[in-house]
Amino acid sequence: MKRRDVIKGGLVLMATSTLASIYKPAYSKTYVGGTGAWRATPPPPLSVVDGSRLVYLTPDEAKLVGAIFDVLIPADELGMGATEAGCVTFLDHQLAGPYGTAAKDYKLGPVVEGLPQQGPQGIMTPAEIYRKGLVEFEHAVHAKFDKSFTELSEEQKITFLYGIESGAIAFETLKSDQFFVLLLQNVREGYLADPMYGGNRDMVGWKLVGFPGAIYDYRDWIVSKRGKKIDVNPVSLLGRA
Amino acid sequence: MNYKRPKADVVIVGLGWSGSTMAEELTRAGLKVVAIERGAWRDTSTSFPTTRDPDELSGSVRKDILQAPVTETYTVRNKVGQTALPMRKYHNLTLGNNVGGAGTHWAGASWRWLPFDHQPYSHVMQRYGAGQLVDGLILQDWGVTYDDLEPFYDRFEKIAGTSGTAGVINGQRQPGGNPFEGSRTSPYPTPALERSRANVLFAEAATRLGYHPFPVPSAMIGAPYKNALGLNLAPCTYCGYCQLYGCGNWSKSSPNICILPVLMQRPNFTVVTECEVIRINTTPDRKMATGVTFVDSDGNTGEQPADIVITATFTLDNTRLLLLSGISTPYDVASGQGVVGRAFTFQTLSWGFMFFENEYLNPFMNTGALATQIDDFNGDNFDHTGLGFIGGAGIQSLSNQGLPIGMAGLLPQGSPQWGKGWKQAFRKGYQNYAQIQGQGTSFAHREQFLDLDPTYKDRFGQPLLRITFDYNENDRRSGRFIRDKCVEIAREMGATQVGGDSFADRPYSGYTPWDSSHVQGGVVMGEDPRTSVQNRFQQNWDIPNLFVIGASSFPNNAGYNPTVAVGATTLWTAKAIRDLYLKNPGPLVRL
Amino acid sequence: MARNLLRTALRTCMRGGLLLSAVTFLAHGAQAQDGGTDAQVERGRYLAIAGDCLACHTAPGGRPFAGGLDLKTPFGIITSSNITSDRDTGIGSWTQPQFERAVRHGKSPDRYLYPAMPYTAYVKITDTDISDLWAYIRTIPAVNNRVVTNKLPFPYNIRTLMIGWNMLFFDRSAFAPDPSRSAQVNRGAYLVEGLEHCGTCHTTKNAFGGDTRATYQGTSLQGWYAPDLSNNTHTGLGGWSADDIVTYLRAGTNRHTASSGPMTETIENSTQHLTEADLQAIAAYFKSLPQRTVTVPAPLPASNRQMMAGAREFTVQCSACHVSTGAGIANMIPTLQHNPAVNAPNPDSLINIVLRGTDGPVTTANPTGAAMPSFGWKLHDDQIANILTYIRNSMGNAAPAVLASDVGRARKAIDAQKVVWH
Repeated sequence: MKRRDVIKGGLVLMATSTLASIYKPAYSKTYVGGTGAWRATPPPPLSVVDGSRLVYLTPDEAKLVGAIFDVLIPADELGMGATEAGCVTFLDHQLAGPYGTAAKDYKLGPVVEGLPQQGPQGIMTPAEIYRKGLVEFEHAVHAKFDKSFTELSEEQKITFLYGIESGAIAFETLKSDQFFVLLLQNVREGYLADPMYGGNRDMVGWKLVGFPGAIYDYRDWIVSKRGKKIDVNPVSLLGRA
Repeated sequence: MNYKRPKADVVIVGLGWSGSTMAEELTRAGLKVVAIERGAWRDTSTSFPTTRDPDELSGSVRKDILQAPVTETYTVRNKVGQTALPMRKYHNLTLGNNVGGAGTHWAGASWRWLPFDHQPYSHVMQRYGAGQLVDGLILQDWGVTYDDLEPFYDRFEKIAGTSGTAGVINGQRQPGGNPFEGSRTSPYPTPALERSRANVLFAEAATRLGYHPFPVPSAMIGAPYKNALGLNLAPCTYCGYCQLYGCGNWSKSSPNICILPVLMQRPNFTVVTECEVIRINTTPDRKMATGVTFVDSDGNTGEQPADIVITATFTLDNTRLLLLSGISTPYDVASGQGVVGRAFTFQTLSWGFMFFENEYLNPFMNTGALATQIDDFNGDNFDHTGLGFIGGAGIQSLSNQGLPIGMAGLLPQGSPQWGKGWKQAFRKGYQNYAQIQGQGTSFAHREQFLDLDPTYKDRFGQPLLRITFDYNENDRRSGRFIRDKCVEIAREMGATQVGGDSFADRPYSGYTPWDSSHVQGGVVMGEDPRTSVQNRFQQNWDIPNLFVIGASSFPNNAGYNPTVAVGATTLWTAKAIRDLYLKNPGPLVRL
Repeated sequence: MARNLLRTALRTCMRGGLLLSAVTFLAHGAQAQDGGTDAQVERGRYLAIAGDCLACHTAPGGRPFAGGLDLKTPFGIITSSNITSDRDTGIGSWTQPQFERAVRHGKSPDRYLYPAMPYTAYVKITDTDISDLWAYIRTIPAVNNRVVTNKLPFPYNIRTLMIGWNMLFFDRSAFAPDPSRSAQVNRGAYLVEGLEHCGTCHTTKNAFGGDTRATYQGTSLQGWYAPDLSNNTHTGLGGWSADDIVTYLRAGTNRHTASSGPMTETIENSTQHLTEADLQAIAAYFKSLPQRTVTVPAPLPASNRQMMAGAREFTVQCSACHVSTGAGIANMIPTLQHNPAVNAPNPDSLINIVLRGTDGPVTTANPTGAAMPSFGWKLHDDQIANILTYIRNSMGNAAPAVLASDVGRARKAIDAQKVVWH
């Protein structure tokens, strides 16, 4: 038995046994000084995203997101594009998790629109926004080009995305420019977050800027490399040095 | 179901820096202390080990360590007449959600406030007169001076292992430190950290301009240190996973490493975690507090009776708890009468943003408070005659971010935000971006206040706290003045592209990037019960066994981060409880 | 069987969930009852801490000394007995001679004890101390808690097997002071050989579990390697001063290292509570042991494949705490430089610590509790093997390479986590 396991169990009972008549214990975790038992419950183990199948996006949605992402972060001499780097896999898993459900947002009503400085008031979750936003995105593409985004030329794709970014091309219900902000934020996250989340394959995003990654000690460099170029071979949280 | 815990000598609500500091003092004095904390227990090796800590997505992007708005949020409006709306997503107030509070994930800037900051009214009246104050400004002394607090600043630094270079010791100027600081009785416990490239460029430029740069004192430990409580701290490694992260190797001072291991040795200390206090209980005549009522993680309601009630929650929650409990008189903006929620302040931030051409700033080597500062324009360190405002800012080169997602949008002006152009601009900008922060003072104003929201409720159906705040004319004037100084230094640093910003020029928002998380006041201490909730010992004027501690007690905000001032005032109050109150329970100040 | 049983049981016991530290319980301990004087009870209380009785005789969530801690061994479960003064289920009906026979000779009134009870060391306890210990034990409040102590399967459940083992390997001689040594060294020897029963873990055993002549030279404990305490600088305590030993036993840390594994609980529950004089005596005893010469192997060259890979991994995984030079942080994070535990011929403890991490010692003298996180979920067998090989052959160390297969075997044996990535 690990020490920390003790916390939940008999410890609380024992420490307060003489007071049991008034105190019904153990609804929340109680830590008593002098017992030696004060380790936290370890967080759930990390895991590596399994990119072999989709967990939230439909295949069509994934294809469309990939096409958009590859315009936002294209393949070039500086590194692979967003889809190859795993950004769609990244997004798919994020939308399936607490981020996708906006689990931490305050969602109680009344929901009313306020002044810009009062911040976003909508309570649609990112998962819901993607589901709806991608449909409205394609509708807007069809309205302009009479084909799917994936069928546009590179130049058309770029022009169209400028229109979304500025809001000049509007969606039916969502705000197109806000959807663009979400797309851009998420593709950057996928390209630059630790590879265990499904993107940033081969740490391509980190190599782009020379970020060393999951390193916890720069004492040897803080002075010796001050103002100097560092040839970095980045490392991920789960991987080989 | 309802239940009642055994009575304690003291109940402390919230176990962050102030709560744990207070608990240490009072358990050492032999009192039986029960702390009630909304968050869960966290300790270094289990909760933020180096093996999993360096992860930007879960850290500063998803902000997993923070208290979520779903747990509790605040509504905001700029002025009376507007409808306040809730901050639904993570906002600028980075609240703690665990034992250790925000002290677990904080940036770590560890300031003693200036003597001026504790007695702003006396200083301003003496030097300039009332004509210096813009209309509606509230200015009042704390009832406790820097000299009163010096021993407690000293003690708190020795608990935290603060790193820095002293500027004035026993009235003598010290080389390399802040010449404007209040006189210290001892040097910093650990030496200042090494400087970043940006810090060095800033210091050189500021020196050329005739200013006085010095290393910002910080929670990032400068050398192995055994603190005042016998706990060992390790030196900082500049890993850059700092603000919004727990520290994995005992090198950022926090309640978790500096105090809690000692508390957990004491049988007269208990912390009940994952319980939210919803009310302070009082006798029917409201002359004495009897304990607190909380809701536990299973939704049961519990009561913790105690002889002394100390609330040590986040600034805003301290105010809210008094309002929810009907203790002391709420502030009424129309009449200007009442005290709870009055004298609420924020901070006035100005920035200089810059890009160099061919630098290697290596921004990933940083800490939350790796900064070099000048105080030439802070507090009342310069002559304000003719400037039309009081206060100022600490102006600092701040190397606190190098993580790529957070920097992906920091591009020279005119750069594309996506496509091939973005990749090129980001690649270059990442090594060439630097920033100068002007962390500005904020003084209370009669139209800035806190009260309970009439519409929005928390998960238990209790009203949220409503913030009514906008920058006042004093903020706008000082903000622009400081912005111009930031820009002046940035140009002198040799940056090819320099921009400046004064946030006070726009309406206040809880979402402005780069903005402060420091709100103060609402339950202020002072000399007059008509303008303060508590006396100079942070003891409630009406209820002598109730002490509300933390930055909620400060009637004005400095051009500094508040933590060490919170620590010092906590220790000051702890001594008053130990030496005065316990011997003779009752009001410690009689008018 | 006996060898493994004894040591496994001891290890389990020490790592078991101890609810109240000895300090807490003993501070709130019982009042002197019939029999012993207050002073005698106080002395007995101290001896009980030195012998670390509470650790094994208290179950998780149970009342102090009421027994019931399951000691899991490869042969089955032995459960510690109730030694409170309950007449029915404890030892309240015993006489002092019966107590003496159990503690010093492994024979209770009705049965033979398994050597999970370290009577082979306790036989050294003096008559006076036994008497004081008994006086204290008598004051422990009665707790009615019936414990089935023997849950071993056949044939290990036959207690009379111990008669034969005792005949072969149980040296029943009492402690004999060496008149040529100082009183301090003799006091140290008495504590080390008797109540503190250090040799139970640290002395190499023969195939049947009897002590060899390799006193305190270190031995394997199923997943841990109890290090060499003999007087040599490469693998033993030769490089430690007497003060280093005292500080370590009191604080769990010193300028060189921090305790780990089973020793951490021994320090927390027992040695930190010993008097300064007794700790100095223990240190003096260890420093008085004869110098021992060990063969120091030539370290592997830096160009070795494992060494190169290990050096890279070390920088990423280890330097944040241990510093890139391996210097560590005094009283907190062990230095890896010239570290005798790193040089141990058997890398079991090193592998164990890396795979599962280890809680830091939490003592009155140093409550910091800086712990090492586990890497089992994060690093593959070969990564760990390379890191350990690198540490063992750099920074002033020299020891045989660690193989991935060693790590793999240990991972299974100690039930460490599997790696979460491929």
